[in-house]
Amino acid sequence: MGKRTIVPFGPQHPALPEPIHLDLELEDEKVIRAIPSIGYVHRGLEKLVEKRDYEQMTYVMERVCGICSFGHSYGYTSAVEGLMGVDVPERANYLRIMFHELSRVHSHLLWLGLLADGLGFDSLFMHCWRIREKVLDVFEAITGARVIMSFCKVGGVRKDVSPDMLRMVRNVCDDVEEEVRKTSGVFMKDSSIRNRLCGTGILTREDVLDLNAVGPVARGSGVENDARTAEPMYRNLGFEAVLRDEGDCWARCIVRVDEIFQSLDLIRTAIDTIPSGEFCAVVKGPVPEGDYTFRVEQPRGEGFYYVQGNGTKNLSRARVRTPTNINIPAMVKALQGCDLQDVSMLVITIDPCISCTER
Amino acid sequence: MSYSTKSPWILHYDASSCNGCDIEVLACLTPLYDLERFGIINTGDPKQADLLLITGAVNDQNKGVVKQLYEQMPEPKVVVAVGICACSGGVFRECYNILGGIDTVIPVDVYVPGCAARPESIIDGVVKGLEVLENKLNKMREGTL
Repeated sequence: MGKRTIVPFGPQHPALPEPIHLDLELEDEKVIRAIPSIGYVHRGLEKLVEKRDYEQMTYVMERVCGICSFGHSYGYTSAVEGLMGVDVPERANYLRIMFHELSRVHSHLLWLGLLADGLGFDSLFMHCWRIREKVLDVFEAITGARVIMSFCKVGGVRKDVSPDMLRMVRNVCDDVEEEVRKTSGVFMKDSSIRNRLCGTGILTREDVLDLNAVGPVARGSGVENDARTAEPMYRNLGFEAVLRDEGDCWARCIVRVDEIFQSLDLIRTAIDTIPSGEFCAVVKGPVPEGDYTFRVEQPRGEGFYYVQGNGTKNLSRARVRTPTNINIPAMVKALQGCDLQDVSMLVITIDPCISCTER
Repeated sequence: MSYSTKSPWILHYDASSCNGCDIEVLACLTPLYDLERFGIINTGDPKQADLLLITGAVNDQNKGVVKQLYEQMPEPKVVVAVGICACSGGVFRECYNILGGIDTVIPVDVYVPGCAARPESIIDGVVKGLEVLENKLNKMREGTL
């Protein structure tokens, strides 16, 4: 047994796009314990609710995170609509789902790229991000922005999407599917990738249930934890959660790959069955007293939104429970007993989004 | 453009950005925008970097990290503030944990606007930063910096 050493990891680290700090307690090359500390990107934006009215707050909430920005605005506006009793037009719901699933496709492709980068497979990283640009082009064509789109508003969506545009989105989906099929084969078959991913960072079903992990981390260990299964809209589109039983890094990777295909199918079904009509309801007046909660399945797991109104235009509380925040204990558990060299890859496999975590 | 004879390396740090600008900085390095064709490489080591790209505003927890990264970089060095949060605090300006733009802690040479900053404007900002870098280098040679 060697001497214990503590190695600091982060906040600025080549493998991390975002700052998180880990104190790694090592015995030789094995990690015995990882102690995370956060707070580098805390802004305190939930408190801004006192200074911004409920409509302006949509755009602040969108900036909780730039990758799943649409999901945050979707969750927040849905919670406010629930509190105000707004009837959202059916077309708006379909457009929201289309955008939400497109966000998932781009987020998962981004993650696959980061994983490839973490493994030192640079050309694969480039390919994943090249495919991702096609999704961003769709965002740009419809909303005018690439990452923070401001497409959702209280009552529906900001603008309608023309049939031509919808056809274009459908074509892009076909295109992306073909490309992802080619590229994802590398993650599934390449022996050097499988060597590193298979059997590392195992989280058993019991671990996941104990630590309350959500999203692909839970689904990679066979726990059906997907907020979409409870949503009638998704049930109509024929949604079923993607599950794997292995619980290792590879399972988490494959869950995300399969979810890309599933999201593309959902988008195409949504486009084929989208009803015509209004795209935004008229919303007037202050927010009534009371509170409301709403769940959204973000690319990283379940996001939970809570709003509390006090009869004025300003809410008295807006709260988000973000997926990465909940997944950090699972990450710490997966890090126990791994090699020092695997740390950056293991941190990536839970798809950490620190700006979500700290808000 | 004499500065194109150099291959400057960049160091990226996320101060308290929402990720939007971060992924756009990364997108600059990927095939569609491909900053590497200018000889620019994203490095993780401040001692090897010429340009510091910072996204997001400063808070109490990370101002030490920002200062430390800046001080570790060798002269001449250029700081590019990417996105409106890095320039002034942006939408988070009034948040209780935000001190302000990057220039409250270290000197900034180039400000790139946008929320999120588009890859085109980030590239533009970096190229402007190269000009500043060249000027600083000349001044260093003359002994006036």
